Amino acid sequence: MDTLINEWDQIRNGFAVTLWLFLFSGIISTALGTVLAAFRVSPVGSLRAFGTSYVNVVRNTPLVLVLALSIAIIPVLGFANLGFSIGVRSFTTFFTVAMLGLSVYTAAFVCEAVRSGVNSVSSGQAEAARSVGMSFVQSLRLVVLPQAFRAVIPPLTSIYIALAKNTSVVAIFGVPDAAYVMRKLSNQFTSDLWAIFIGFAIGYVVIVLVISAVSTLIERKMAVAR
Amino acid sequence: MSTVLFDTPGPKARARNNILTIIGGVVILALTGLVLWKLWQEGEFEASLWEDLAQPNIWSAYWQGILSTLKVAASAIVLAVAFGFLFAVARLSDHLWIAVPARIIIEFFRAIPVLLLIIFIFYGFGEYIGDYWSLVFALTLYNGSVLAEVFRAGINAVPRGQSEAAYAVGMRKSQVMRLVLLPQAVTIMLPAIISQCVIVLKDTALGLIISYRDLVAEAQGIAEFVNHNIVPLAIAAVMFVVINYSLSRVAVTVERLTARRGRTSAKKVDESSEAALAQSSGD
Repeated sequence: MDTLINEWDQIRNGFAVTLWLFLFSGIISTALGTVLAAFRVSPVGSLRAFGTSYVNVVRNTPLVLVLALSIAIIPVLGFANLGFSIGVRSFTTFFTVAMLGLSVYTAAFVCEAVRSGVNSVSSGQAEAARSVGMSFVQSLRLVVLPQAFRAVIPPLTSIYIALAKNTSVVAIFGVPDAAYVMRKLSNQFTSDLWAIFIGFAIGYVVIVLVISAVSTLIERKMAVAR
Repeated sequence: MSTVLFDTPGPKARARNNILTIIGGVVILALTGLVLWKLWQEGEFEASLWEDLAQPNIWSAYWQGILSTLKVAASAIVLAVAFGFLFAVARLSDHLWIAVPARIIIEFFRAIPVLLLIIFIFYGFGEYIGDYWSLVFALTLYNGSVLAEVFRAGINAVPRGQSEAAYAVGMRKSQVMRLVLLPQAVTIMLPAIISQCVIVLKDTALGLIISYRDLVAEAQGIAEFVNHNIVPLAIAAVMFVVINYSLSRVAVTVERLTARRGRTSAKKVDESSEAALAQSSGD
């Protein structure tokens, strides 16, 4: 127990890195995944082929390898300095590269969730919208997307939960997130191993619970009587 | 092809789509070419690299990597299936003192990152069981818990009439589970088990944190040896994609076969294992 109290600062910093990674990767992967899903449902053959191969390749590659490849490729492409800062917090180039790797990986799963959401709306809905004279954009905005959005929330929630847990993988490459701190402490204070494990596990469990609580809240807000 | 988004295209729309297909294809090829050109310019594809990579010991290292990855994955999936069955049945038990702890254990191991488990088991018990079993046990606990939920869904998907009929002919609870529910649930759950194999295979790469020599670790060693990172890592990625993609194809085929034979009265949990794969969330 003592370790958790004595090293509280390190632990807090570790979870802060985890949460920032989750936040940035969540936003970027959602945007990227939605674009990919648009590619996959579009009538344009080449974009559809690109979306399909992206998903099949990325989904079948281990996250560790995706991260290792991003760390190898991004600097060679000439992006040497990707550090940035928000307010008093600054983020290293290494953080940004790991965050981009996580986003690339998660985007494949977001794409599949969004695509299945769009496909879950029955085509009668859009046909009805068009038969009352709505334009393509109107039927998309007023009829298809609101229904698709509802269908997408549960799978997206499990993707965000997986993302929150997957942020731990960056520890392998030395980004000082919670898992990295846990490994360091486990190495230093072997006698306190159980407390360290339980403490960090509770931290992750809390993150997961918060994500699913928020999702339940949104789902309830969006629910309609059918 | 009419979808929810657009009607079946007429001649005009088809012509427009063809033009867009060509434009999109050119843009994608141009971007890919730009990246490859940049990598080529930085000497990532230079001739000496290919000469180094052509050595036979490089390929035997890759082969060793594939074997140790498959070994861990196979041990973990076998143990995980056993763990999953045990805990699925325990969670469905009528005795609360079995069902509640089983549920807590399942939820706990599903909610924490596998990496945490690997670190904990390795630092706690690694000196007795070694890195191989540390990795296997961590993967078993996580994937077993996921599978327990899958099995539970499968058992619940068997229509109530089946177990009611079994009780009516005088079977005991354990007989109903063993003779009526589980055989039907397994048939419908087989594709899900195979999809879980893909996740286990991918997660073996996490062994990197305890220096287990799997395919990714071997690829990194090779990268160091030939002094170039990208190509050796990309080769390992291709190997993973080939193995995992074939596995998911197998899942789809098995799904189709069992559906055709009609060996189960259970209604499908998902529409197809394609959907199950689509719903896999990237753990």
